[in-house]
Amino acid sequence: MIEYQNIFTTVQVSAPDYAGVPVENTHDDRTGVLTHSYLMGKLGDAQIGPIYLGPLGVAALFTGTIAFLIIGMNMFASVNWDPIEFVRQLFWLALEPPGPQYGLSFPPLNDGGWWLIAGAFLTTSILLWWWRTFSLANNYGMGNQMAWAFAAAIWLYLVLGFIRPILMGSWSEAVPFGIFPHLDWTAAFSLRYGNLFYNPFHMWSIFFLYGSAVLFAMHGATILATSRYGADREIDQITDRGTAAERGALFWRWTMGFNASMESIHKWAWWFGVLTCVTGGIGILLTGTVVENWYLWGMKHGLVPTYPMIGEAVVDPLLTEGAQ
Amino acid sequence: MKMLTTKFFATVGLGTALLLGGCEMPRPESTQWGYRGTGMEGLYNTDRLVDLAENNVLPEVQPAIPPEAAAASPKAKDVYQNVQVLGDVSLPEFTRLMVAITEWVSPEEGCNYCHAPGESLASDTLYTKKVARVMIQMTQNANENWDAHVGGAGVTCYTCHRGKNVPEYVWNINPGHQVASGMKNQMQNVSSVAAGLSSLPVDPFTPFLLDDRNGRYAGDTALRNEAGVSLKEAEWGYSLMMHFSNALGVNCTYCHNSRAFAAWDESSSSRVRAWHGIQMVQEMNNEYVDPTTQWLPSHRLGVLDDAQKVNCETCHQGAYKPLLGANMIKNYPNLAQLAKAEAPMEPSTDDTPMGDSDSSMDDGSMGGGNR
Repeated sequence: MIEYQNIFTTVQVSAPDYAGVPVENTHDDRTGVLTHSYLMGKLGDAQIGPIYLGPLGVAALFTGTIAFLIIGMNMFASVNWDPIEFVRQLFWLALEPPGPQYGLSFPPLNDGGWWLIAGAFLTTSILLWWWRTFSLANNYGMGNQMAWAFAAAIWLYLVLGFIRPILMGSWSEAVPFGIFPHLDWTAAFSLRYGNLFYNPFHMWSIFFLYGSAVLFAMHGATILATSRYGADREIDQITDRGTAAERGALFWRWTMGFNASMESIHKWAWWFGVLTCVTGGIGILLTGTVVENWYLWGMKHGLVPTYPMIGEAVVDPLLTEGAQ
Repeated sequence: MKMLTTKFFATVGLGTALLLGGCEMPRPESTQWGYRGTGMEGLYNTDRLVDLAENNVLPEVQPAIPPEAAAASPKAKDVYQNVQVLGDVSLPEFTRLMVAITEWVSPEEGCNYCHAPGESLASDTLYTKKVARVMIQMTQNANENWDAHVGGAGVTCYTCHRGKNVPEYVWNINPGHQVASGMKNQMQNVSSVAAGLSSLPVDPFTPFLLDDRNGRYAGDTALRNEAGVSLKEAEWGYSLMMHFSNALGVNCTYCHNSRAFAAWDESSSSRVRAWHGIQMVQEMNNEYVDPTTQWLPSHRLGVLDDAQKVNCETCHQGAYKPLLGANMIKNYPNLAQLAKAEAPMEPSTDDTPMGDSDSSMDDGSMGGGNR
């Protein structure tokens, strides 16, 4: 019997063009070419398009493109418009936020001003895209889980680049736009504020992040392993628990004493994903605004284990020697 | 089909294991220098240890002068003219030191590298001779006053020069890369050679090893502290630390417990030694190297017309201790302390030889890179 699986079989789902169901409360202005792709059929549905863009989508793409261009042109200018250096150093280049001397004021364009403008456009773009996610789901009569999950990620983004800098009174606390620079920023952030690993909300965020990966793998594996019994029809199995759901549940109950249900596993996954960003955002928000040094904070609250030191006791030379 | 899948996964698994396992062949050696569980250890690739040993071979020691022979000989200043910093050295010791310096600094050019051919040995025609004089003083000062950094091994000309006219690893003030007109150079966010090819600031030397910038950026209270420095400062100190790591061939945990980089009581004693090294190098660059700028020929100056300066790598050259900690100064005691202050040209006759030590006491609580 030929069964339909992606990636693992050569079976292609080939169907006639399908423009999608008509939707109430919206203009039926899906656009774009409707094509079929063999390669895409290996990964998912072979049909590409049509797409619904709408005013929100157009506005989001427009503002996003402006942000992208501002960042790119600033990077290009930072290597004196040299195309070779631009490509060679692309991962190192950045649009840097203003220096601490500017506080929350609007700095000169070439010293952080462009960063503020790019950030404003990028944020507008992201918020418009969120609105689009929200309204499209409404139009299709869906729940809004997608929009709220996206909002969790936007919360973390806004804390890093907007809310926390404002609370700290300086745009200089925000993240640069750049590949390596934002990674260096991350390391410097932890060094400056005394080791983020002692930040309990950072711990929660890591817990949910790694947990998300584990849940994702566990769920995917369970469904694939029982799809021969119809587990790929997950929704059917929620209301009418069949042998696939039974076997999957039994496997986990025997393995670890507990099993999620065909429905609840999706709630587990959703909350783990959302809480990664929510707890992470809280952790960043508290850093510098409330807690100056997470290691010292951890010492104060008995979070940090003490280890015996090996060798001589080390004392800050500034304290022992004064001004040398 | 099932057989094929099994073979496929077996091949991929084996390949991955080989790839990952092959990253470090032969297996690196580890040295533990902190309590177990703290990760305070060094990893050494055995191949590179061989290179390190080959790059740190000591030159042969010049035959020693018997003490009685030295005592019976006249002093250098009684025989030669214009001997400003080694005048009190006995003649045979003086000659021995000159031979050694020639071998360390100008083995190919010989005496003529500093002493203009056809002129009196006393002549200061060549800039190299004037540099040599300053460098001898710098070396003597390091050995006499910076025991906290160089103690146990000392430094000689060879520590940095290694047979080259100019030490291989020196630095100039970095004017930054070319940016478009109207742009402000952020002095970071390009591949930074000084900071291990990261995108961190490209010139951590000027603020920390020439100027007196505060290198302590980590918060020193548990809760919010209004006096805390900008997050951007952390990237500058971080950049300098990358240089430390490269220059010494060690990782962060050679000095720091990575769970609390700023905490002194969690650090190893090497960190205190390194702290004194920062102060020492600042003094070398300000008191000894910088004054030569006015008479150095232009080809010895950087883009901004500054003399080539000292950083950690100048001496360390990839080793945790220069020349792997070998003690050379014991064989050349005349480089171990400054001559008595009587020559008029000594830079340390300044009233405040340590620079602005009085004023820097005021900000002592903040001053990391400071004295």
